[in-house]
Amino acid sequence: MISRQTSQKIAFTLLTLAAFVVVVPIVLVVGYIVVQGAGAISWEFLTAMPREGMREGGILPAVVGTVVLTFGTAIVAMPIGIGAAIYLAEYARDTWLTRLIRLAIINLAGIPSVVYGLFGLGLFVLFLNFGTSILAGSLTLGLLTLPVVISTAEGAILSVPQSFRVVSISLGGTRWQTIRHQVLPHALPGIITGVILGLERAAGETAPILFTVAAFYLPRLPHSILDQTMALPYHLYVISTQVPGMPVEVQFGTALVLLILVLSFNVIATIIRSHFRRLRQW
Amino acid sequence: MTEDRRNEQQRHPWGEFFIESAIKTCGFSAIIFVVLIFSFLFREGAPAFWSVSPSNLFGTRWYPTFGLYGTLPLILGSLLVTVGAVIIALPLGVATAIFVGEVAPHWLREVLKPLIEVLAGIPSVVLGFLGMVALSPLVRQYLHMPTGLTAFTGAVLLAYMSLPTIVSVAEDAIDAVPKEYRDAAYALGATHWQTIWRVVLPAAKSGVIVAVMLGIGRAIGETMTVMMVTGNAARMPLEWNALFMPVRTMTATIAAEMGEVAQGSTHYHVLFAVGIILFVITFIINAVASLVIIRGGPKRGGRLLG
Repeated sequence: MISRQTSQKIAFTLLTLAAFVVVVPIVLVVGYIVVQGAGAISWEFLTAMPREGMREGGILPAVVGTVVLTFGTAIVAMPIGIGAAIYLAEYARDTWLTRLIRLAIINLAGIPSVVYGLFGLGLFVLFLNFGTSILAGSLTLGLLTLPVVISTAEGAILSVPQSFRVVSISLGGTRWQTIRHQVLPHALPGIITGVILGLERAAGETAPILFTVAAFYLPRLPHSILDQTMALPYHLYVISTQVPGMPVEVQFGTALVLLILVLSFNVIATIIRSHFRRLRQW
Repeated sequence: MTEDRRNEQQRHPWGEFFIESAIKTCGFSAIIFVVLIFSFLFREGAPAFWSVSPSNLFGTRWYPTFGLYGTLPLILGSLLVTVGAVIIALPLGVATAIFVGEVAPHWLREVLKPLIEVLAGIPSVVLGFLGMVALSPLVRQYLHMPTGLTAFTGAVLLAYMSLPTIVSVAEDAIDAVPKEYRDAAYALGATHWQTIWRVVLPAAKSGVIVAVMLGIGRAIGETMTVMMVTGNAARMPLEWNALFMPVRTMTATIAAEMGEVAQGSTHYHVLFAVGIILFVITFIINAVASLVIIRGGPKRGGRLLG
């Protein structure tokens, strides 16, 4: 029979071990990509068109494509997502319909990204005839980002103290005036954080853009939203599986650029969150 | 607010009406989109169910070029990789959640939580790439396999991809256990570990189950990583060592083949039908999970998705 103290020691050691088994590979993965990829990154790599079947030159069209798609995603997801969050936080009562909306949001969040890709192909590319285009890709990614934006924005709106609303209403403000001038300004940092975290996910996605926008090899910049474009995640997939004789350094360099781009969203969100948490007056 | 603007807004109540209607429409958009997604999958996928015989569609051979559309190897492939991932991720994720939520000192928690968030942010294609160049050679070497691109390699990567979900949801559930429960256990002389094991975990049980379910949902829908590291051989994974053989999942099949099929062909419709199967599976998983969440109050549900 082991004593209670010994069993606690054993259990806590195992828990610590588990946490390190989870965390150490994360550090290794990021470190490995940085070390292997840093050598490939140069001004030319970031600003030149790919050449020689992508084996030489740079990755500019892929970087630009991902940035453009991320903007497109924001334009689609922000108004609908924030609108839905305002509705849920400020207007919706606890009815079966509201519960149905919440059920739908959680299910939207759980739909596999490749299924979003199929949907985008079926609705935007074929049915609405947008073709394989930035427009179709942005709409698809926007839908995929929606659940994250809604839930984080709703959380931010709910965290604004009730007293702010009471005061505004008691001064004769209408419901919308209260939301517009009292609630939203105070919820803004939280909303922005949510949007950025949603975009972080969208920027790194490959499966939804496979059949809606991504071009295998297109060494020029897009001219309009009806153009195809290269994109970093798909480019990494292409050069690591579809192109024989690809220099490893270029692969790691591309992976590193993608990782930096995506994780910088994370860093920005963290900074905004902690900055405004300190400024908050309640 | 200036006097002018207030007057203007009062003179135009229809402006407010318009905005509030727009907000309401946004509110219902989630329902509209779920219905829209299903109807378009159905529109493109349903023809598969009447142009391909059921014995073919649910058969064991997937050779689209010969008109053989057996989805069973793909479904079993997805299942095998997902089960493998959950077996790895469940103990690791729950243990990490307990460690972060209950045991770790404050400073260590502040280090661990952002790191796990970083893992959530790493694009699946980057993990797939690393799986190809770093993990699969290790698997081949140390497990003496002819190839490192196996279901096992995919399961390991998927486990790590679902860990952030499992850890954060499970930690929320542990966090939500009332302090009184713990105090009562301590007052009865229980050690910290006894309190966690006998009181906190049983009280957080439903939340932990939700965590695991959402992790499963994430794993079964993951595409790029799986496509890059599991070898993509559409075969029935029925041998005892199937986990260490190449497999092909539903998601990888759609992603790899949709780009090459003619629109409107049987193959095209069957790929959408595979999408319907995926949609239904994840829908059921998430519907059950969200029923548990909504029963536990909207506040807890809110943090699940962020």
